[in-house]
Amino acid sequence: MARAVTPQRKLVNTGVAWAVGLLIFFPILWTILTSFKTEAQAINDPPLFLFFDWTLENYTIVQERSNYMRFLWNSVIIAGGSTILGILIAVPAAWSMAFVPSRRTKDILLWMLSTKMLPAVGVLYPIYLLFIQLGLLDSRAGLVVVLMLINLPIIVWMLYTYFREIPGEILEAARMDGAELRQEILYILTPMAIPGIASTLLLNFILAWNEAFWTLNLTAVDAAPLTAFIASYSSPEGLFFAKLSAASTMAIAPILILGWFSQKQLVRGLTFGAVK
Amino acid sequence: MGRIQLKDVTKSFGDVEVIPPLNLTIEDGEFTVFVGPSGCGKSTLLRLIAGLEDITSGAIEIDGADATDVPPAKRGLAMVFQSYALYPHMSVRKNIAFPLRMAKMDQAEIDRRVDGAASVLNLTDYLDRRPGQLSGGQRQRVAIGRAIVREPAAFLFDEPLSNLDAALRVGMRLEISELHKRLATTMIYVTHDQVEAMTMADKIVVLRAGNIEQVGSPLELYKAPRNTFVAGFIGSPKMNLIEGAEAAKHDAHTIGIRPEHITVSATEGVWSGRVGVAEHLGSDTFFHVHDTGLAETITVRADGEVGFNHGDRIHLTPRSDVIHKFDAAGLRIT
Repeated sequence: MARAVTPQRKLVNTGVAWAVGLLIFFPILWTILTSFKTEAQAINDPPLFLFFDWTLENYTIVQERSNYMRFLWNSVIIAGGSTILGILIAVPAAWSMAFVPSRRTKDILLWMLSTKMLPAVGVLYPIYLLFIQLGLLDSRAGLVVVLMLINLPIIVWMLYTYFREIPGEILEAARMDGAELRQEILYILTPMAIPGIASTLLLNFILAWNEAFWTLNLTAVDAAPLTAFIASYSSPEGLFFAKLSAASTMAIAPILILGWFSQKQLVRGLTFGAVK
Repeated sequence: MGRIQLKDVTKSFGDVEVIPPLNLTIEDGEFTVFVGPSGCGKSTLLRLIAGLEDITSGAIEIDGADATDVPPAKRGLAMVFQSYALYPHMSVRKNIAFPLRMAKMDQAEIDRRVDGAASVLNLTDYLDRRPGQLSGGQRQRVAIGRAIVREPAAFLFDEPLSNLDAALRVGMRLEISELHKRLATTMIYVTHDQVEAMTMADKIVVLRAGNIEQVGSPLELYKAPRNTFVAGFIGSPKMNLIEGAEAAKHDAHTIGIRPEHITVSATEGVWSGRVGVAEHLGSDTFFHVHDTGLAETITVRADGEVGFNHGDRIHLTPRSDVIHKFDAAGLRIT
């Protein structure tokens, strides 16, 4: 029997859920609010919540001081490029592991995941040297490759889990129905896998977008994405909270909007394998 | 046409041989049932015929042509899976039409055939639904519809009814038998349920550990099981197998007597024992009789009205003309 939910209980639940949601969202909210304050108001004690002189001044200054569009463009290319490249490599890999597993498939999957357990800084030095030798330092191509490699284990794992949910008998049925490999992939597998591929794409785009360690260490000017854009406002001249907040808001706005419109896919992606 | 011949077919998974050399001919239009306990290789055998598994050695011929290396798509066989294996993202109409689309048939002919199959299978009202919106029995019908539109050389059924509830199973069993009578196409049907095998088959193939134990019509298998395995597997409840002194009286190592060939009495009989569990089915009653000195339990089928209770003394008389005799190797003595 389902548990009875009284209206009072529902009210409490809703209240708690909103409180938790607000708590998690608060840093972002505070950043956005701060971006509309003057530098003095930003460090005011006690902190000002809603009642201050709203100003767009910070955005104007930030835009004057640095070329936001260039950073944005770099972010789009690096996040988009690494995600697409990763998917192209991961789809056949996950496909073969899910549908034609060998005795070592599980080991390979675990080994791939184990690379994520290594602190990134552990391989910074060798990769930095490689980048110097290959002339990839501060290049978008180099970052696309590195971020793709960093996220590849997760992409493969996610796709593998999605593909595993597609029953093998359905593919066999297609084969019996006269479908050749190309038709089997086109008419049966792909339509069934699209939700999985979509949420993998989304999640990895976000991961790559927010990746700061490699983008900060391997870029200087030309290939610097939005993460570097934010970092440039915590500069040696001192902290400018309002401007830093404005820069942060501008950096997260695109991904926030993307996330808002794809909530359903994202939730599915984040809880993959948990719900059938 | 759909005559299927297996010649010295073997199948191994790694070092494990699941099908030792096996020869079998399935005649055109025949309803053949592969039956056996789970793990006997019956599904593997069906998948070998379908082409979903490659055979390790030997040859498979369909209508006289070697099909050993022909991919499943080109063998002209249709298969119905245990899980139905419907395409969840397609409507019922598209599911049924899929094999025709793969065959690049023109749309008018596809529509004609899909509508035809739908009316035969009572699916006309459901053509625009997705598989997820159908009941188990309806899904099974869609799977059958997808198979019949192609007019294949043979149908392969892999335990198609085991996911249905008991009542539906009996109904679908009849429908598939009807379908076979109407289409007169070769059908190969895999099941572990000997009742399905007995009621549907023209020819039963009893398998154990990849070996064919016996091939024959349901009644041949019932009347003259070739060995003790077939004797125990075909017929419900199972045949009583008795060893020892009682068997020696008949010059056999083992004798078999079916529950329905034993008469019961409260007063006199050849054997006697104590009633254990009595299963009342209404029309019949099954008595499980202990302490007979013959075997641990002797099962007896009696009339529904016969009333013995747990612990009662019961006397049993086998019909002497239907006692099956087997030698020490378990083979029938004729």
